Amino acid sequence: MNKTYLEVSAIENGTVIDHIPAQSLFKVMSVLGLEHITNRITFGTNLESQRIGTKAIIKIADMEVDRNKLNKIAIFAPEARVSYIKDFEVSEKIKLQVPDVIEGSIKCANPMCITNKEKIRTKFDVVNKCDISLRCHYCEKITQQNQFEIIND
Amino acid sequence: MSKSLVSISDFNKEEILHIMDKAAEFEADPNRPVLAGKVIATLFFEPSTRTRLSFESAINRLGGRVIGFSEANNTSVSKGETLHDTIKMVSNYSDLIVMRHYIEGAARYASEVSSVPIINAGDGSNQHPSQTLLDLYSIKKTQGTLNDIHIVIVGDLKYGRTVHSLLQAMSHFNARFTFVAPDELSLPDEYKLFLRGIGIQYKETQDIKEALADADILYMTRVQRERFSDLMEYERVKNAYILRNSMLEGTKENMRILHPLPRVNEIHPDVDTNEKAYYFTQARNGVFTRMAIISYLLGIE
Repeated sequence: MNKTYLEVSAIENGTVIDHIPAQSLFKVMSVLGLEHITNRITFGTNLESQRIGTKAIIKIADMEVDRNKLNKIAIFAPEARVSYIKDFEVSEKIKLQVPDVIEGSIKCANPMCITNKEKIRTKFDVVNKCDISLRCHYCEKITQQNQFEIIND
Repeated sequence: MSKSLVSISDFNKEEILHIMDKAAEFEADPNRPVLAGKVIATLFFEPSTRTRLSFESAINRLGGRVIGFSEANNTSVSKGETLHDTIKMVSNYSDLIVMRHYIEGAARYASEVSSVPIINAGDGSNQHPSQTLLDLYSIKKTQGTLNDIHIVIVGDLKYGRTVHSLLQAMSHFNARFTFVAPDELSLPDEYKLFLRGIGIQYKETQDIKEALADADILYMTRVQRERFSDLMEYERVKNAYILRNSMLEGTKENMRILHPLPRVNEIHPDVDTNEKAYYFTQARNGVFTRMAIISYLLGIE
């Protein structure tokens, strides 16, 4: 790859998340809790991508984002490519996997669910890993991908 | 964590069959004080006289004592106490908690907080597993078996929680289903996918008479006016889903009619005297089934 020109400048050490669908960028940031950390973060969005149309990319300096956290973003950005960077080189490529269970981060779409009434962390079984849908552990109702709403917990 | 009954899927096939056997034993000999010295809490955050009396009758027949409330208005809940705190307290006072709540998922959450078993007596539109088990006990009693039964379900298949739980439970026993419902209240796709996924046969029709011809069980549910977005549609279909005695001609000898009750007008009173009407006996079966559930969860054999 030609590194002479990068739309988002390279980092020496840290994590790069590439091929995020542009419309999912802020959801991914929110799920990873990036608004709460003090590391240097650079990102670009509405960049051209041959694979997914318009993409976004996030570079987080001096932090290897936890793998379990990363798997959560698989439900918004199944095609995302994640790399850990050391000395400007890719030290490891992380393969994202949609988890079987998702705890926290997403609100149950059922307004009558106990998790929307009392301070209880949400928990879902992933019932479909392609066209992702989640079944609430508490109210047993389905939350579809187009209903996903992020909560910070 | 102690074993609770929140959702019908909390019991496997063996446990369901065990409950059936125990219910039959309690029916044969209904007054057995195996709960002597035990305190059972019945917490009805949402009133339900029928369900509460059925549970309390079961507890009394087992010789246990009951504490609790039949509506949340005059309790600490109305002062703003969280469900978490209420359950923590009551699990200190009792050996088992029966609860009904208008919030969905409340019982599952309570079972994670409580140190004693929880029986879900209804959480909003979600689950009401003791109703399902008494339906199964009624099917077993009237048909002699739970296996290979043809069940015709009529009415509100979209919102009816009893219907969804019945499908889950009967899927263990190779049941065959016919669903009779107006378009607005037809069975949601997720349940059809579930049935197809496990190879259970079903068909859908709007002709109740045709469906009845080879039914073993006719399971009636209420078609509620407030479920319709289009009231013209309600007026058009409501009579098509009312069962009358004349419609039972030519049905199978062993066929029985179940209904979770209360009924409004979906079963005409002229059906009541037909020997195939089983819904009042079904309600009676609920007491024995609940005796079986309570003693099983408390590990009393």
